[in-house]
Amino acid sequence: MSAPFRTASGGRVERSVPVSFTFGGTSYEGLRGDTLASALLAHGVHQVTTSIKLGRPRGVGAAWAEDPSSLVQVEEPFPDPMQLATTTEVFDGLVAHGVPGQGRLADIGDSARYDSRHLHVDLLVVGAGPAGVQAALTAARSGARVALVDEQSEPGGSLLGTTDLVDGRPALEWVGDAAAELAAAPEVVHLQRTTVFGVYDDGFALAVERRTDHLGGAAPREVSRQRVWRIRARRTVVATGAHERPVVFTDNDRPGTMLAGSARTFLHRYGVLAGTRAVVLTTNDSAYRAAVELADAGVEVAAVVDTRPQVPAHWAAECAGRGIEVRSGSAVVGTRGTDRVTHARVAARDGGAVDDVACDLLLVSGGWNPAVHLYSQARGKLAFDTSLGAFLPTGRLDDLLVAGAAAGAQELATCLRQGGAASATALVELGLDVVPVPVPSTPAAPPVTAPDLVWTVPDVDGDTSRQFVDLQRDATVADVQRALGAGLRSPEHVKRYTTIGTAHDQGKTSGVVTSGIIAELLGGGPDDVGTTTFRPPYTPVAFATLAGRDRGQLFDPVRTTALHDWHVRAGAVWEDVGQWKRPRYYPLAGEDVETAVLRECAAARTGVGILDGSTLGKIDVQGPDAGELLDRLYTNLMSSLAVGKVRYGVMCGADGMVIDDGTVLRVAEDRFLVMTTTGGAAKVLDWMEEWHQTEWPELGVHLASVTEQWSAFPVVGPRSRDVIQAVFGPSGVDAANEAFGFMTWQDTVLDGAPVRLARISFSGELAWEVHVSSWHAVAVWERLVEAGRPYGITPYGTETMHVLRAEKGYPIIGQDTDGTVTPQDLGMAWVVSKKKPDFVGKRSFARADNLREDRKQLVGLLPVDRTTVLPEGSQVVELAESGELPPPPVPMLGHVTSSYRSAHLERPFALALVKGGRARAGQLVHVPVKGRLVAVEVTGPVLVDPEGARRDG
Amino acid sequence: MQMIRCPWCGPREEVEFHYGGQAHVPYPAEPAALSDEEWAHYVFFRDNTRGAFAERWSHSAGCRRWFNALRDTVSYRFLAVYRPGDPRPVLDQTPTAGASS
Repeated sequence: MSAPFRTASGGRVERSVPVSFTFGGTSYEGLRGDTLASALLAHGVHQVTTSIKLGRPRGVGAAWAEDPSSLVQVEEPFPDPMQLATTTEVFDGLVAHGVPGQGRLADIGDSARYDSRHLHVDLLVVGAGPAGVQAALTAARSGARVALVDEQSEPGGSLLGTTDLVDGRPALEWVGDAAAELAAAPEVVHLQRTTVFGVYDDGFALAVERRTDHLGGAAPREVSRQRVWRIRARRTVVATGAHERPVVFTDNDRPGTMLAGSARTFLHRYGVLAGTRAVVLTTNDSAYRAAVELADAGVEVAAVVDTRPQVPAHWAAECAGRGIEVRSGSAVVGTRGTDRVTHARVAARDGGAVDDVACDLLLVSGGWNPAVHLYSQARGKLAFDTSLGAFLPTGRLDDLLVAGAAAGAQELATCLRQGGAASATALVELGLDVVPVPVPSTPAAPPVTAPDLVWTVPDVDGDTSRQFVDLQRDATVADVQRALGAGLRSPEHVKRYTTIGTAHDQGKTSGVVTSGIIAELLGGGPDDVGTTTFRPPYTPVAFATLAGRDRGQLFDPVRTTALHDWHVRAGAVWEDVGQWKRPRYYPLAGEDVETAVLRECAAARTGVGILDGSTLGKIDVQGPDAGELLDRLYTNLMSSLAVGKVRYGVMCGADGMVIDDGTVLRVAEDRFLVMTTTGGAAKVLDWMEEWHQTEWPELGVHLASVTEQWSAFPVVGPRSRDVIQAVFGPSGVDAANEAFGFMTWQDTVLDGAPVRLARISFSGELAWEVHVSSWHAVAVWERLVEAGRPYGITPYGTETMHVLRAEKGYPIIGQDTDGTVTPQDLGMAWVVSKKKPDFVGKRSFARADNLREDRKQLVGLLPVDRTTVLPEGSQVVELAESGELPPPPVPMLGHVTSSYRSAHLERPFALALVKGGRARAGQLVHVPVKGRLVAVEVTGPVLVDPEGARRDG
Repeated sequence: MQMIRCPWCGPREEVEFHYGGQAHVPYPAEPAALSDEEWAHYVFFRDNTRGAFAERWSHSAGCRRWFNALRDTVSYRFLAVYRPGDPRPVLDQTPTAGASS
């Protein structure tokens, strides 16, 4: 298909490299270097989609990221929602279609790679337009480390859309030479297709580089599709240019309506005529260039409609020379057409007849908004400059300067000069010797006539409901009026009420216009209204890009124990405990979780079971004051523990609430091994270090995590002694009670591997914990399993571990407690030392609130029906004397914290925190389960072997 | 994301650090001698300063050592860092938003 609107020559597109793509089901040919928008316009296709709420036709409104309307869905090579036709480069095989507001995420996994890199520089220059290039050249020649980052496919910025001359030759030749010089400089990183989308503290900036998007299906698979650059810059020069601003008038959304400067870009950069007959509406001089250049390229320019009563003489003469009518003091009050503009409705500003001027292209310029986004993100202040009609930076920040059109510069010469000067200023501050770069010469610019400030052109009938402010959101002047009528004044509130500025473009064309309209309606100036806050990202960034390599297995580290492969072979079902993979249970053929857990529990209570407890936190506490530190942090006395003994301890916060528990082994006079819960390992080490470093640095103690170094296997059950004796007896261990008492430990050696045995029980059964270096874990575990075979040794998982400990009323910190529970609430007053003058938390136990009789206390619950397993988290309630529930809100007594089916009790049971629970022993309370009330008996928390008769076998 | 100057390691990325609340709130010498109200002030009450605030930080993903910092709670900027036990530094000037650390 031929492209009738492509010029015969010129532009940056590669005319010898055609590419085929499909849009909206139709095949087209574009050229390499085209965007989807320029390629469609080359075929005379203006309508891209319909609008989100009203279904109105929408087209290409601008030539780059500020376009509010040309949203497309890319389907091939990979589904990508909400891309802009104006920023999507075409390639062979691209398939896309317009979308009204919302796209569709891929429902298949994205096989592309995404990654990130760090970059540290003296100077970050954002934008490779005239100011940015001059800034980067200055820094490079001065020997600075420089990053020049620009979001387009090639450097040049605004120069890509003009016919400007620099040093007497086409500006892009100057840009090309500069780029070549930068490429040869050793300390320069020059990135194109890379958007700096956020500026943060201390010179930190984030940029996304689109590395292969423009290659489509031909992208090499080994190259990441997009890359996040994390840049730390000592100074930043923001040279991001300016966005042209529209004027709001009735039916200003018809396809064929676009910003005047964008039509220049389509012509000069892409070699595309955006129409055949144009009307230009302007408030300032800049749009005359579009009129003149389009006329020179063969577009019939029907009229330049200038809102100012006095038109600039220079440009009036240029127009006259080309037969272009200039209508001063006039405006476009509306358009006609269906899916494309056919007429601009022109009228004098002071009223009078409306003249419908036939056109298929309506160019609009309401002035220019400096792209202050990054400066504002860095908390730079803005002020409205009435002479320019724009919000400008009020100055610079400590480590960030703004140059060129982003700082309000109007002329090319000013941009070049400011870019070099900002760079030099930054370099001097960094202590570098500046090698100045002469400002290249540019042709004298024609005199400038002051711009007009026009936000909206009144509708002839006063109807504001088709005067679009935010085309993407279908939000109009009428919506702004409604917001103000509802009493809203701040642009932040108006934004949220109308949704203006909340679309993909974040109000690049609509934001300042909205401030202007608010000011006009309220009778003030834009400065009184201000702008909404500029926030990152400057343009949308895909989550996949931000995730980078951190997805799938690399999303979060997975920690496995030394026995992981053994568990896999044994058919373990896994439970994620923090980052750890732990076997939850080991089902035999045909077993469900319930059957498997009942079998595992029975084995541990009647025979012998073995658990991989290696994930338990282990902290090596060494030093002459090790005991003293533990005394201050545990509720009970640890310094009195004899070498060779084990003691259970509880740790509380200063508020007296339990934060962790575990056993402590005294390894030597000056050395303890502190065991923590699996989830509390890092927290407890942090806790100990915090107190030691910040409160008691005088204590001679060293702390180190040895969680990974030691594997630990509880061998549990009445036959555990047989297993331990069989495996370690030959090494000299005597497992008899008299020789190896409860809560003692002994070191031994098995086949050259050092092993520590400790009589610790988390089940109430006779049990040993076998500690061994993780290097030898598999060998020792397999020896234990082999030796246990005659006794039916059964590996069990976390589920059985939980049931066994709950039957004994042992709480899990963080499951049966929630940060509001004291040791006394758990029924563990016995673990709180009365002898120690102080320890962390002690003083809080005496607070009035912690002495209340009705505090929630840990109790056991036995469902009277002997069948219901109460869901954990269920509320506990009490019936009124009438036998009915009290009227709502029903008082809550507490909640179920742990609930299981007990093989030993042959019935379900639960642990719960219940108000005044201990005093309720023997009473009936109720638990609502799926709409019915289950009667439960309150008991003490220890349901199995309350006498402790089983622990010695 | 800020660059925080660890007094032991030098400037490091903010993600390596953990915040530890107000500094110079020593553990009472004799908690048992305090009234409930006094003890509650130690446990639960902290200043909510606008401007320079002395606070504790831990270089938890680095040297794992604690230090103190003066930070402007308006601009978030670090004004000074110092080691535990060192006195709170006296600032030459009052902090201003946007001041470099």
